[in-house]
Amino acid sequence: MSNVLKIILQRLLLGLLTLFVVSVVIFAAVNMLPGDFAEVILGQGATPDAVAAIRRDLGLDQPLVLRYFHWLGGAVQGDLGTSFAQANFASFVGEGAAKGATVMQQIAPRFENTMFLAGVTALIAVPFAVGLGILAALYRNTAFDKGANVFALSSISSPEFFLAYVLILFLAVLNPILPSLSNIYDGMGLGERIEKTLLPALTLTLVVTAHMMRMTRAAIINLLASPYIEMARLKGMKPMHVIVRHALPNALAPIINVIALNLAYLITGVVVVEVVFVYPGIGQLFVDAVKNRDIPVVQACCLIFAAAYILLNLLADILSILSNPRLRHPK
Amino acid sequence: MTEPLLKIRGLKLEGQSDETWTQIVNGVDLDLKRGEVLGLIGESGAGKSTLGLAAMGFTRDGVRISGGTVEFDGIDLVNSRMSVKRGLLGKRIAYVAQSAAASFNPAHKLIEQHTEAPVRHHEMTKKESEEDAIRLYERLRLPNPEEIGFRYPHQVSGGQLQRAMVAMAMSCRPDLIIFDEPTTALDVTTQIEVLAAIRDIVDQFDTAAIYITHDLAVVAQMADRIKVLFRGDEVEEADTRTMLSEPREDYTKSLWAVRSFERPAKPAPATDAMPVISVQGIDAAYGTAKVLSDVSFDIHEGRTVAVVGESGSGKSTTARCITGLLPPKTGVIQLDGEDLPLDYRKRSKEQLRQIQMIYQMADTALNPRKTIGEIIGRPIEFYMGVSGREKRKRVERILEEVELPPGQYLHRLPSELSGGQKQRIGIARALAAEPKFIICDEVTSALDQLVAESILKLLARLQDERKLSYMFITHDLATVRAIADEVVVMKDGEVVEQGDKREMFRPPHHPYTDLLLSSVPEMDPDWLTRLLEERGRDNIGDASTGRAS
Repeated sequence: MSNVLKIILQRLLLGLLTLFVVSVVIFAAVNMLPGDFAEVILGQGATPDAVAAIRRDLGLDQPLVLRYFHWLGGAVQGDLGTSFAQANFASFVGEGAAKGATVMQQIAPRFENTMFLAGVTALIAVPFAVGLGILAALYRNTAFDKGANVFALSSISSPEFFLAYVLILFLAVLNPILPSLSNIYDGMGLGERIEKTLLPALTLTLVVTAHMMRMTRAAIINLLASPYIEMARLKGMKPMHVIVRHALPNALAPIINVIALNLAYLITGVVVVEVVFVYPGIGQLFVDAVKNRDIPVVQACCLIFAAAYILLNLLADILSILSNPRLRHPK
Repeated sequence: MTEPLLKIRGLKLEGQSDETWTQIVNGVDLDLKRGEVLGLIGESGAGKSTLGLAAMGFTRDGVRISGGTVEFDGIDLVNSRMSVKRGLLGKRIAYVAQSAAASFNPAHKLIEQHTEAPVRHHEMTKKESEEDAIRLYERLRLPNPEEIGFRYPHQVSGGQLQRAMVAMAMSCRPDLIIFDEPTTALDVTTQIEVLAAIRDIVDQFDTAAIYITHDLAVVAQMADRIKVLFRGDEVEEADTRTMLSEPREDYTKSLWAVRSFERPAKPAPATDAMPVISVQGIDAAYGTAKVLSDVSFDIHEGRTVAVVGESGSGKSTTARCITGLLPPKTGVIQLDGEDLPLDYRKRSKEQLRQIQMIYQMADTALNPRKTIGEIIGRPIEFYMGVSGREKRKRVERILEEVELPPGQYLHRLPSELSGGQKQRIGIARALAAEPKFIICDEVTSALDQLVAESILKLLARLQDERKLSYMFITHDLATVRAIADEVVVMKDGEVVEQGDKREMFRPPHHPYTDLLLSSVPEMDPDWLTRLLEERGRDNIGDASTGRAS
């Protein structure tokens, strides 16, 4: 067991290092964005003096490296800074005025919503995709297999908004089963929340199923020529049993990795679906922040996305390691 | 006469390659009575395994039954529905595969795989089956029978796994077991334990068996009757003793004759002669694990030194040290009396050229994307700087030397050749560098006996013509007897005995040499019985149990 712990610890440290490197990249990239918050917010009234004053208030006049460490120091303590857009500028409203909303306050509820949507989607999509993959492997090269492949590939090839509108058309307009707007808010009951989340979740399910299903199918079929699979067959085991009990446990590592990638996508890449369903997730906030040059929010979102990617891949790594009996039970 | 348990009539099997079906078994008849063991023997490609599986009503992907019948206890296995066959497989007909390491699922404990058939076929409850498994493990003389089943396959050594697989095949007390080369992948000393275990248990439960192998001496111990196959045809069939003493067909006789190849021994080298290769007190380790300690031996011009020992004894590591791939921690390696740098990267091209290798698996040792001409031409160009027409001429000459007509082979890819032909290319590639010394690492162990013999003869001829020195790594003592001048016996990274071949084969031996020598199956049906009596039943397995590999 100590062997596994050591590997996990190594991966964790490596993950932290990656996150650090990514934070540098994010900071550098965001600060290289063309345009300037002060100019954007002042619009026509951007006199050099006003711009300079705002830049001073926001600390934008400091050297980049200093700003980076200031930001990093805050981020490590959970303080991601103050949103520019919400800031009350001292140079305009005077010193003693209340500070604006912190980035944390702004992001937290949005992030929660995003996690909720990702969670609901994962609960539907992962069992569905893996199950479909297993069935496709079992009935490989039959009409079912081909049908499942065509379904998965055509849904991943269609634009997300198109899938969303098709689902709205069939499940909200022609057969009004589900609400087409997903405007969830605080204090909503769980049941209602799930109901409102279902359509975007279904849309996302269609988007992420293909990868997971095809990897499950391929990883299983890859193993079917193994001697131990032949042995299981020669023991008179039923095909379904052979696949689930003998092939699947040995095919877990690649499947877990693809699942992790797709879950990461659900957290970081669902802006279009959020827009279509008016779902108050982090994606919209992020896009708005980029539009407004609201640097602290952009940076915070990027950092959260990066952390989600790293964390999920780390988890996948660890689970893959644990799925290998050679590592779990050394000689 | 009672109806046989298994009755095969005119069975034809076809295999698919490149979209076309070719016949690989051409109408074989086979009868097996209850409790009888039939040995099925032939070279690889003779269709033995395919036939063995077909006897279970099973074909691999790309193989189909194209004619004939297979009847098991009156049940038609060719035309029965899959569910009927599944009801028999594992329960009344069981299978023991060649490589237990590959045939046990790495994800589950041994006993979980053992109990699967009895539980799924509703023969026993899981608990009953587990208790039964432990009893079977005990009977098969596995160490710690109560505990061993709860390990994963990678935690158990090869010989033990093979016996655990025999136990698994026995789990439902089948009427018929197909053994497909169950000891081919094992060392001779381990092989004995498995053979004894199989024979014992098959006897005890009066199970009928088909024992597939290419090793005549092994089949002589196991089978009541022997059937010889050649390229999908039956050559002959007779009871074991008759078959051994008076084979009728020429092909069978040629199989029998292989073991008698032995080249005349060469006179000992002059005492003051400079050895071509001198290994002096080398120690080597992989990381912190010490694998060689104080290994020393000399190889003189034109002579063959066979290095023998079980897997894990350090034979191949010694070769890696000599080639410089694994620089030894301490010790000296000399070529023609001069110290060689221990790391191959520090050796000169000339020093590298003098030492060449031929590998066990010609399949993986030849680049599949290069033509034969390119493979052999490469060392000529690399070491001698020869290219163009001159290179081609040399390649052709070398091909002729290894008895392959150059015109046919120059432009072919390794995948188009048979195992024996590939090994000849491996030899040609080594020769192309015009070395003094060649390391042959188990070069014949992946080959059939007839082919292996021709390779040995080729190597012997080349040695005489070119005054080559060989280091011959092998675990097969028949090969040693055939080709070696001197023998080095290794165990656990140390040399336990070395000397002239004739002396080595003459008692008294070092106890380990004795164990190795006596473990080589002989073409005498009573050999195993006699050996087991001599060693005393309780000592079986002492030689290698407890050692995981």
